[in-house]
Amino acid sequence: MTSLNVLIAVCLAYVALLFFIAFVAERAGVQGKGGWLLRSPLVYTLSLSIYCTAWTFYGAVGNAARSGLEYVTIYLGPSLVILGWWWILRRLVRIGRSHKVTSIADLISSRFGKSNALAIVVTLMAVVTVTPYIALQLQSVTLSLSIFSAAEQGATPDTIDNDAAAFWIACGLALFTVLFGTRNLNVNERHHGVVIAVAAEAIVKLVALLAVGIFVVWGIAGGLPETLARIDASDLGTWQTSGSRWATLTFLAATAFLCLPRMFQVMVVENADEKHLRIASWAFPLYLMLMSLFVVPIAVIGLEEMPAGSNPDLFVLSLPLSQGREGLAMFSFIGGFSSATSMVIVATLALSTMVSNHVVMPVFLHLRQGGASQSGDVREVVILSRRMSILAIIGFGYIYYQVSGGSGALASIGLISFAGVAQFLPSMLGGIFWRGATRLGALWGLGVGFMLWVFTMLLPSFGAGAVLSAEVFEHGLLGLGMLRPQAMFGIEGMDPIVHAVFWSLLINTLTFAAVSLATFPSPLERLQGAQFVNVFDHSAQTQGWNASVAESEDLMIMAQRILGAQEARSLFSDQARAQGLSGHLPEPTPDFLQLLERELSGSVGAATAHAMISQIVGGSAVSVQDLMAVADESAQMLEYSSQLEAKSKELSQTAAKLQAANTKLMQLSAQKDAFLSQISHELRTPMTSIRAFSEILRDTEGMRPMEKAKYANIIHSEAIRLTRLLDDLLDLSVLENGQVTLNHQTGNLGELLDQAIASAQAGASNPIPIHRRRLNERLLLETDLDRLCQVFINLITNAQKYCAAEDPELHIDVTEKDGAVWVDFIDNGAGIPAEAREMMFEKFSRIGAQDSNGAGLGLAICREIMARLGGDVSYLADAQGTGFRVVLSHSRAVAAQ
Amino acid sequence: MGKHVLLIEDELNIIEAIRFLLSREGWQVDTHNNGTDAAQITRELKPDLVVLDVMLPGKSGFDILEELRSHEETQDLPVLMLTARGQSRDREMAEKAGVNRFMTKPFSNSEVLTAVRDLLYVHQQKA
Repeated sequence: MTSLNVLIAVCLAYVALLFFIAFVAERAGVQGKGGWLLRSPLVYTLSLSIYCTAWTFYGAVGNAARSGLEYVTIYLGPSLVILGWWWILRRLVRIGRSHKVTSIADLISSRFGKSNALAIVVTLMAVVTVTPYIALQLQSVTLSLSIFSAAEQGATPDTIDNDAAAFWIACGLALFTVLFGTRNLNVNERHHGVVIAVAAEAIVKLVALLAVGIFVVWGIAGGLPETLARIDASDLGTWQTSGSRWATLTFLAATAFLCLPRMFQVMVVENADEKHLRIASWAFPLYLMLMSLFVVPIAVIGLEEMPAGSNPDLFVLSLPLSQGREGLAMFSFIGGFSSATSMVIVATLALSTMVSNHVVMPVFLHLRQGGASQSGDVREVVILSRRMSILAIIGFGYIYYQVSGGSGALASIGLISFAGVAQFLPSMLGGIFWRGATRLGALWGLGVGFMLWVFTMLLPSFGAGAVLSAEVFEHGLLGLGMLRPQAMFGIEGMDPIVHAVFWSLLINTLTFAAVSLATFPSPLERLQGAQFVNVFDHSAQTQGWNASVAESEDLMIMAQRILGAQEARSLFSDQARAQGLSGHLPEPTPDFLQLLERELSGSVGAATAHAMISQIVGGSAVSVQDLMAVADESAQMLEYSSQLEAKSKELSQTAAKLQAANTKLMQLSAQKDAFLSQISHELRTPMTSIRAFSEILRDTEGMRPMEKAKYANIIHSEAIRLTRLLDDLLDLSVLENGQVTLNHQTGNLGELLDQAIASAQAGASNPIPIHRRRLNERLLLETDLDRLCQVFINLITNAQKYCAAEDPELHIDVTEKDGAVWVDFIDNGAGIPAEAREMMFEKFSRIGAQDSNGAGLGLAICREIMARLGGDVSYLADAQGTGFRVVLSHSRAVAAQ
Repeated sequence: MGKHVLLIEDELNIIEAIRFLLSREGWQVDTHNNGTDAAQITRELKPDLVVLDVMLPGKSGFDILEELRSHEETQDLPVLMLTARGQSRDREMAEKAGVNRFMTKPFSNSEVLTAVRDLLYVHQQKA
């Protein structure tokens, strides 16, 4: 007969073995050895088996004995999740690695803009839901111990104090977790020692359960066929399970597999390589299948062999014991012990990380900030807070165990816990698949779901009258029929678990979605949301670097970008030397980070520097305030630079304007000079002749009358030329200054032409022959007839003077088109060369051979007159000969007859 | 002695007046009314003096003067420049180009005669 002392000694030895394994693995990990094992997919798969707790180890048989095949759902859910790893798990692992996520609370808070409130809510919810689960493990161990104590004939049952055992077990687990869970403080929160120990325990519990199964089938039942026959004979297979309960339990198990903090820890945080998922996707379901292989035989044989009223949860132990197989029973006990301890260790580790990071540290930092600048290594504080958290959580578990007094079946506590963590699902999945999810949506969803879980599941689990009065069960909270904990909204007849899971998750999801749609995410949330949802676009698969070196390297890369390669390198190597390190990269100690932040803030502003370092170090989240400060800085810079840009634009515009004005002035000045010299020339030339000949006439004696007359004629004609020039200049000046008064009259175009021709030909030595079509000229005009006549005379005179044809002739054609009247003057001359056409309407422009009588003002005057009359005069480039067109616009021409 | 003057001018009446004045003094007066080939004609005719207008068709009097000064046979030739533009800048330009005498139109006949005489006298002294 095994004495309890032996049992406890074996337990202690087993725990010591675990310490040893963990210690060796931890050493190897630090030294960089044994990577093949530490980072093997096998270890990863085995570590996932912490899903199978004592509840599964013992409880599955109990569940099968009570409810038939329902226990399969507990294995089915996780198998489905991991078989479909490509959709959810791969994404979670990638996000976890690229964002250095440390826990499920960190994941959710990170996704929703690094919200501290959200992290605290998730952490508290996790503590509330998982603590009973830890208590459950303690209970299972003490319960299994009690089997041995009951079986021990010689000792009195009272000699074993269950509470004391639970207490010491709790202490042992706490010690283990503290030692291996907080040995070093890696940013990525990996714990080689713990993982290896958990993997070892996974093997122990599987082998133990298989051993018991094999013993039951071949040792008790007498072989496989007999066993199958006995199973057929039992009424276990005939028990009906409702479809909704099946579906709900499968869903719940799948959800728990994703959402349980300890599962998140081993699956995401401790994941060394994304590729491990691929192997785990078949290896883990295989493991679960082996775990469940002998559940039904043990249950059926147990129900037959054991006396009525025995606890089916403990068949795994009691069956071998009843057959006198104490060694096997002890092995089985060790298997259950393994399940319990591995779960407690990892769950506590995960919870303590959350509590420390999201509750204790923010409070500590806040207090420290308030109390001046106490320098000191924050690492020490973090480790201390981790350790305190571990002790507190295991302590809570123990107290819960004490208070609940081991009440209720194991399975129900497990399911309640599952349903509790399932409340994380909407926020988690929504966060990684839906960019529109917002922080408030997550907060409200989680809050409402959690409240409903407490109300419909946790509180009723204590039984009517414990916390909720029978009154509430009967008539609803506050007497509202809608709020009966097991018949919400008046819908009755649902299985209590189905009911609780359905309503809490449904309303959680709806609230999450509705609030998300109704609220607007902050900039940081948008950023994080985009990075989480599009994680496969942004992150390459990262390899397992030594975290602290990788981080320093990241800081270096960032610093180089901002400070410049040279300066960053010298800063880093100086600091590395100051820390007594040989390389170029210093440890990212708080002092160094502070220094770096100061350096960076000189270049990019304090807020940006803080945010950048936070982003890389990941320890302290970038708060919305940080981001707003960054935005403010950028806005100021933008504002400033846009002001500068506007100013310089304005300046260059002003400069351009000045330049243009200057050019214009220069042009005007040059024009004025040219005009003055031109006028001077035009005036002085006739005056020169007049003066010279008048002096000749005055000073020459005995001049012949013929000569005298000739010279007097020259004086006379030059005087007339001078007068005409002055007239033209005055005329032009008046026209150009717009001081001219137009004298509008109505007249006939034909008559006006008659008048102009007569005037042009009067006194001309060789009047040019003119061809007209009088029929077309029968138009009434309303305009300043005298001015128009002046234009006509000018054009006719020009033709008369300059047409160089042998038999010069001039055609005058009138066309009426679209209400406008064209009067074309086309002679049979040589035309005007293209290069002169542009200038010929300018003042003093004379074309071709010099004409002593023309000052080059005629066409300039014509153009000015036509502009005043609202028409135009232009050169006809395509005419046969030299042609000009006078255009009288619509309003000025009145059709006659 | 044959005193030969070349008058480069495009205004018919002014040509008439100057020809009258100088012929009466016994000078041989040749005229040319185009700027383009004026310098070349000058080299061909080898006058003792050139009376040069500024505003000529084809080429300005300043350009003709520069061209004259750039050729060896005409670089010392006395040039009397007459202009109707009468701006101080024109006088500067003419002096820069190497004019011997610069007069603004309208001139007095006696001034022109004196200037021509002086120029020829100085030129002969030098020679």
